Amino acid sequence: MGMQFYTSPEQIMRDRAEYARKNISRGRNVVVLSCADGVLFVAENISSALHKLSELYDRIGFAAVGRYNELENLRTAGVRMADLRGYSYDRRDVTAGSLAKAFAQTLGAIFSEQTKPFEVEICVAGVGPNPEADELYRLTFDGSILDEPGYLAMGGQAEDLVEVLKADHDYNLPLADAFALALSALSHGGSNGERRELSRDVLEVALLERARPGRSFRRIEGLALEALLPAVEAEPEAETDEADESDDSSETTES
Amino acid sequence: MTGEGFPGKLPNAFMTTGTSSFSEFLSSAAPELLPGRRPLPPGDYAEISSHATTIVAIRSAEGVVMAGDRRATMGNYISSRDIEKVFAADQYSLVGIAGTAGLGIELIKLYQVELEHYEKIEGAQLTLNGKANRLATMLRGNLGIALQGLAVVPLFAGFDTDADSVEEAGKIFSFDVVGGIYAERDFDSIGSGSIFAKSSLKKRYRRGMGSDDCVKIAVEALYDAADDDSATGGPDPTRDLYPVVMTATADGSRRIDESEVAEVARSVIAARTENPYG
Repeated sequence: MGMQFYTSPEQIMRDRAEYARKNISRGRNVVVLSCADGVLFVAENISSALHKLSELYDRIGFAAVGRYNELENLRTAGVRMADLRGYSYDRRDVTAGSLAKAFAQTLGAIFSEQTKPFEVEICVAGVGPNPEADELYRLTFDGSILDEPGYLAMGGQAEDLVEVLKADHDYNLPLADAFALALSALSHGGSNGERRELSRDVLEVALLERARPGRSFRRIEGLALEALLPAVEAEPEAETDEADESDDSSETTES
Repeated sequence: MTGEGFPGKLPNAFMTTGTSSFSEFLSSAAPELLPGRRPLPPGDYAEISSHATTIVAIRSAEGVVMAGDRRATMGNYISSRDIEKVFAADQYSLVGIAGTAGLGIELIKLYQVELEHYEKIEGAQLTLNGKANRLATMLRGNLGIALQGLAVVPLFAGFDTDADSVEEAGKIFSFDVVGGIYAERDFDSIGSGSIFAKSSLKKRYRRGMGSDDCVKIAVEALYDAADDDSATGGPDPTRDLYPVVMTATADGSRRIDESEVAEVARSVIAARTENPYG
């Protein structure tokens, strides 16, 4: 008969957390921030078909980093929860808070129940009538839920990115300035803290547009994205650095 | 919503992969919310609920036009004078209902969520034919209660963004209670006044008519239906109630402004005052 070795619960949880953290830290970054025009999502994403940003409901968006199959699973569950709630009650009864709490419980249950935790970090954001009323929730792999103050960053270099956002974030920034700030934060995301330039091809951008009634989620792509970019290039700090290729090695499962 | 497995985790129905359909998801997560899943005791229930009546749909040069009168009846009694029976199903399509009003409106609400749900999960809209087929599938689930007198018949029309040219983009689909689906060439009508509405359209419709002209003949067709069918409501200037008219074109689906419809309806009434037989 095989002998079972004793492992303490602390050890098990620590191992799981370390495993999840290590894999999430290889992912590319996402920035979400509240501005005058709505809630802006900017993600670094080399694929134009596999999205990291998406619509959950009329006033609610979703952003994620990590393992694609797992975040897609959570996103689908989110759309189902939102639509079921809106269908059985009313469209206005679907809130970012209730979705975020359901995600938190699910992530927490998966973390403690299953051998392998989900290697994801997600954001559920709701746009309010004014920037101060926007709700930004960040959820980590173990089910922790954080109510963020107007801006957040997820991914490998999230801590560095948050420093940049913290310094310059203002609720009343117009869209172009908010985008410039998000881009400046993301360009800090090179390994060893190097700055790099991000082109249109590696950016996924979306906005929960405050002024738009009903379904407010809108992707900013093609010419609309082009129109936002030149204003950024004109800034002195977008100096040309060599594009950082060093974090491309681990892109097989992360997106 | 019963939770399986570990407490706190969403039920499995939320996390299963492979379907982008909201009604399929409901059938496992909350089957009581599906209209076809409520077994009735044997009997005929046609008289217990309101009936919605006449809808017309017409192909125009720019897409489609759909209009519906505002009356619902229960036997010989008018249960509503201002019911709305024509809706935007999504950005490019319209749907109207005739038959049991409560079930029809519930079906349309479910159908609207169905299309939006697919779009959000897949990141792309269904094709126009895909949307029509989906509606037929949902109708099939209601066959049991339809046979007990609670039948719902929709009319679906939309702008096909995949069409080769704008002239070919307007499409109309009609259905029957068993979920049969039929593509219509130029126009169609459903509900108790449909025979009269169709006869009116037969005389007025010309291929290639613009949206504005189609709105006029749609309002006139409903006037003719109301003239001969007691369950169809005519334009009601005393209460300021006029048909609901919507269009779906390359610019999307849109409800025609009520004041505009009122103008058209008043001109129809004026013309009929001059010549009662049109």
